[in-house]
Amino acid sequence: MKRILAGLAVTTAVLAYAGLAQAAGELNIYNWGNYTSPDMIKKFEDTYKVKVTITDYDSNDTALAKVRQGGSGFDMVVPSQNYIPIWISEGLLLESDPGKMENFKNVAKEWADPEFDKGRKYTVPWAMGTVGTVVNSDVYKGDINTWAIVFDTPAELKGKVNVVPEMNDVIDAAVLYNGGTKCTGDLTILKKVRDTLVKAKPNWVAMEYGTIEKMLSGDFAASSDWNGSALRQRLKNPAIHYGYPKEGFVFWSDNLAVLKDAKNVENAKLFQNFMMDPENAGMNSGFHRYANGIAGSDKFMPADMKGAPEIDVPAQFASVGVPSMTCPPQVQELYTKIWTELQK
Amino acid sequence: MTQPGTIEAERSRDIRKRWLLSLPALLIVLLAATGPLLIVLLYSFLTPGPYGDVLWKPSPDGWIGVFLERDIFTETLSLADAHVSIFVRSVLLSLATTLVTLLFGFPTAYFIATRPERTRELWLLLITIPFWTNLLIRTFAVLQIIRNEGLINTLLMKFGLIERPIQMLFTDGAILTGMVYVYLPLMVLPVYANLEKLDFRLVEAAYDLYATPFRVLTKIIIPLAKPGLIAGSILVFIPALGAYVTPSILGGGKNLMLGNLIELQFGQGRNWPLGSALSITLMLIVTVALLVYVRNVGSQEKRHG
Repeated sequence: MKRILAGLAVTTAVLAYAGLAQAAGELNIYNWGNYTSPDMIKKFEDTYKVKVTITDYDSNDTALAKVRQGGSGFDMVVPSQNYIPIWISEGLLLESDPGKMENFKNVAKEWADPEFDKGRKYTVPWAMGTVGTVVNSDVYKGDINTWAIVFDTPAELKGKVNVVPEMNDVIDAAVLYNGGTKCTGDLTILKKVRDTLVKAKPNWVAMEYGTIEKMLSGDFAASSDWNGSALRQRLKNPAIHYGYPKEGFVFWSDNLAVLKDAKNVENAKLFQNFMMDPENAGMNSGFHRYANGIAGSDKFMPADMKGAPEIDVPAQFASVGVPSMTCPPQVQELYTKIWTELQK
Repeated sequence: MTQPGTIEAERSRDIRKRWLLSLPALLIVLLAATGPLLIVLLYSFLTPGPYGDVLWKPSPDGWIGVFLERDIFTETLSLADAHVSIFVRSVLLSLATTLVTLLFGFPTAYFIATRPERTRELWLLLITIPFWTNLLIRTFAVLQIIRNEGLINTLLMKFGLIERPIQMLFTDGAILTGMVYVYLPLMVLPVYANLEKLDFRLVEAAYDLYATPFRVLTKIIIPLAKPGLIAGSILVFIPALGAYVTPSILGGGKNLMLGNLIELQFGQGRNWPLGSALSITLMLIVTVALLVYVRNVGSQEKRHG
């Protein structure tokens, strides 16, 4: 026993020493889980001799709450576009000015000057996508480009539909389904929304995140879902298709930013510039399966992503896309009440 | 020749020294135990920040929101029906879990306690094995067994007993199964600890006096095992009340539990004061359960003492 302990102590000491030896170049990224290509990170580490550590979070609110307390030790974060104005207004982000970086020329025109970060003073595009439906066509052959899959579930899908419990996504979908606009405070619409949701729920089998695995295993036959997740499913089972609801769907983006209290600012800026290189962005897309907003990166994506209907929004649906944004606090309160009532 | 005065002085000095020496430890315990709780209590009386966190402005709304709600459509203030039904669901689930673990745990503990001393340890080891794995992994293991293409459905279909998979996952039964599986060791261990000390000569004596097995169980074994049964029930009931992972994974998350409701307020709901007030309410329920325990066991010991 003593010998084992001694062995452990030596190993720990060696590991600690190895850690110290590498401490010269470090970068700590705080990002969504399952969202960063390990190959792309390895390339960055080898090119710049920097040791990258990635820590996962599961929601924008978690990330915001943790960083806001200070002393998080992270250098970079990847918030969704609707949260970026909050991060900026709370003074959590460093004005790293990626708009002036060498690789900025590669950013696609429609993402070069977005509303949430005018002139790209803080952030670099990481990934972007849509919220729609995913349906197994072996079970249901009708129209899947509608929120009715979730809210007026067809007989074949009853008891087999999952809803991903993103409160804002679900309620926004119901708002759009009832002809309202995103983040509406209109009580007549919200009342319809509540009734729609309460009426729809008995047809759902679950409200959870594990869509990819459970769609493939047959536990679900349909679900609300993100497009990148839908692509991963179709590549494993060709019967699974992604639907763009004609009543309207939300499109979103996640963007890479440097934290104000970052310790490795130079490495973080290098990484922002690195991510705007089409080859690196393409490599990352090959992993997380979303588009990335960097022009010319499709050349470096796997062949199965080229022209994939999950990634390129079909022309007839492009007009009904609604940009993701943060709802005002009083609307958020109404949403939370409806959400609690739905799950009581 | 000792003078009473000096003894007195020495004693009080001694007492002072002891207090001073234990002061650092006491302070740490006091701070570590009550500090975080006081923060939660304080937050429950503040105003929610627009994007999470709190504003330093006192407000009773967090506490009002626990029990009352303003209907968003009719503007009338009424009992927070949603919160109450979530509380009731959590309490009922915990009670059901406690009852079922009691039903399975007591015979198991009795079986172990009546084995020869050397094999007892082996049985106990087997009971504790699930604790070696993370709760999350154990719950996912249950999921693998009961899902549509899981072990049970595959076997039943292979033997031609059913045509299509039975929906077991995402039902109340699935939640209860998972909870019982996770908390069963917490019931078995205290009951065993109690039964191990049981004087089996009393059982023999009862049989000698022509008591039926049922009478022996109800009049001898259960009364003597009562402290263990109560301790086990409390140990199961309290964590089950805040259970959060098992109901969401096996129940599909369609219905909130208390734990989920609190998490919602700190996450997407962005209402930290309400979340804090709900947490304290949960703690109060637990305290009541503990008081019931203390009173029961206390009176028990007096009777036997």
